[in-house]
Amino acid sequence: MVTANPATNAVTTTNIPRFRRGFRFQWEPAQNGHVLLYPEGMVKLNESAGAILAEIDGQRCVRDIVAVLEAAFPQADALESDVIEFLEHARQQHWIELS
Amino acid sequence: MTALASSLTEQKQASVSPPLWLLAELTYRCPLQCPYCSNPLNFAQTTSELTTEEWASVLRQGRETGAAQLGFSGGEPLVRQDLGELIAEARHLGYYSNLITSGLGLTKAKVDDFAQAGLDHIQVSFQSSDPDLNNAVAGSRKAFAQKLAMARAVKDAGYPMVLNFVIHRHNIHQMNDIVALCERLGADYVELATCQYYGWAFRNREGLMPSRAQLEKAEYEVNQNRARLLDEGSAMKLIFVTPDYYEERPKPCMNGWGSLFLTVAPDGTALPCHSARLLPIEFPNVRDKDLKHIWYESPGFNHYRGNSWMPEPCRSCDEKEKDFGGCRCQAFLLTGNADNADPVCSKSPHHDRILAARQAAECATASIEDLTYRNDSNSRMFFRG
Ligand code: SF4
Ligand code: SF4
Repeated sequence: MVTANPATNAVTTTNIPRFRRGFRFQWEPAQNGHVLLYPEGMVKLNESAGAILAEIDGQRCVRDIVAVLEAAFPQADALESDVIEFLEHARQQHWIELS
Repeated sequence: MTALASSLTEQKQASVSPPLWLLAELTYRCPLQCPYCSNPLNFAQTTSELTTEEWASVLRQGRETGAAQLGFSGGEPLVRQDLGELIAEARHLGYYSNLITSGLGLTKAKVDDFAQAGLDHIQVSFQSSDPDLNNAVAGSRKAFAQKLAMARAVKDAGYPMVLNFVIHRHNIHQMNDIVALCERLGADYVELATCQYYGWAFRNREGLMPSRAQLEKAEYEVNQNRARLLDEGSAMKLIFVTPDYYEERPKPCMNGWGSLFLTVAPDGTALPCHSARLLPIEFPNVRDKDLKHIWYESPGFNHYRGNSWMPEPCRSCDEKEKDFGGCRCQAFLLTGNADNADPVCSKSPHHDRILAARQAAECATASIEDLTYRNDSNSRMFFRG
């Protein structure tokens, strides 16, 4: 499977992220946190990672996701660069895909 | 329960984390005969499999105890006619469910039905990238064609695709071909798992274990392929499980005894790992006790938790938090006492057994036909005695 070169395809505000097929994001009571489940594996997410991934619905672009998060966490400063940085990490891990 | 007893229970539970993984070995029945199968040698003695209702209850209890990942394996889980029902139950409970199959008994219709029922992932195992070698190792003439067809069906249905190859001295030269085959099939993950020597693989170790030169060449080829895939921006991931027989320190087996994994065997025996059955320890059965009790309270699961059970050299070793003294099954198989340090460790007084196995691998001549195949009639020999 060949996707675009990771070095030249970084996340921008107009991208629409969605979870890669086979990746399931959910709340796990036993872990008291959000997790990402994938074939034979699981990542436990910290609170901010969980909050960002919870907004991915395959419809909204990064800019909209940032706006939702900024409204939900008004005490935080501008979130755009943090969100993009995390989504870039998620993309490099092949957790999410962009369109 | 007295207040003291219940507060002790709570304390114990606090130090033991919940299981993350439930492996449901639905059956030991399988149409293939892989000579490295990890099932117990005497598997044919198991006749009383859990019923559909019993499995459904095990799944419920596992989820309540905290498990998020569920594996359906065996044997060949497709032999069970109730697999679809159990998949639906697993989805309903919120598991991420993995079907670990040889591909035999699978059809395109089942692949689609299971997706509908909520199965998350299907792992198809291959014996080789070459049809003849594949079929010789599997002990079945039609295995390879069926596996190819099913790998394609899995891909077409949109599942993430994990292909698994058990690697041994007869196919370890095929790394490049295997990777190329997986790329053609569009795999997301490729597991190149060198044999772990338990069950049938221990019995056949001399005929399976690669030489050091074979291993080094394979490692080099895997690394080359990895670098190329990264360069091409491919999401296909190669997972190479190297044989611990060539290490000087043991693996942290199962991430620690009773720390993440819970296996339920076809007859309901609950185990901290799928090969632990060979240990001279009494393990609980889900027909007698609920899973929460089994995980936190049973002597079998508590047997090797922590490190107060360790003899020397592990007891005074500063690496014991890292590897937990290695694998209990390997210690038992190679030294006769499961408490001992895993002989893979160069500090183990039994490390010479590993060195002898490496030596034997340098001059092994056995062909595939010389291996003991995993089938009912060979299995019966192991309990008739
Ligand atoms: S390893 Fe081979 S023989 Fe054993 S259960 Fe799997 S497919 Fe069947
Ligand atoms: S002596 Fe025991 S604890 Fe120390 S490295 Fe060896 S196996 Fe691990």
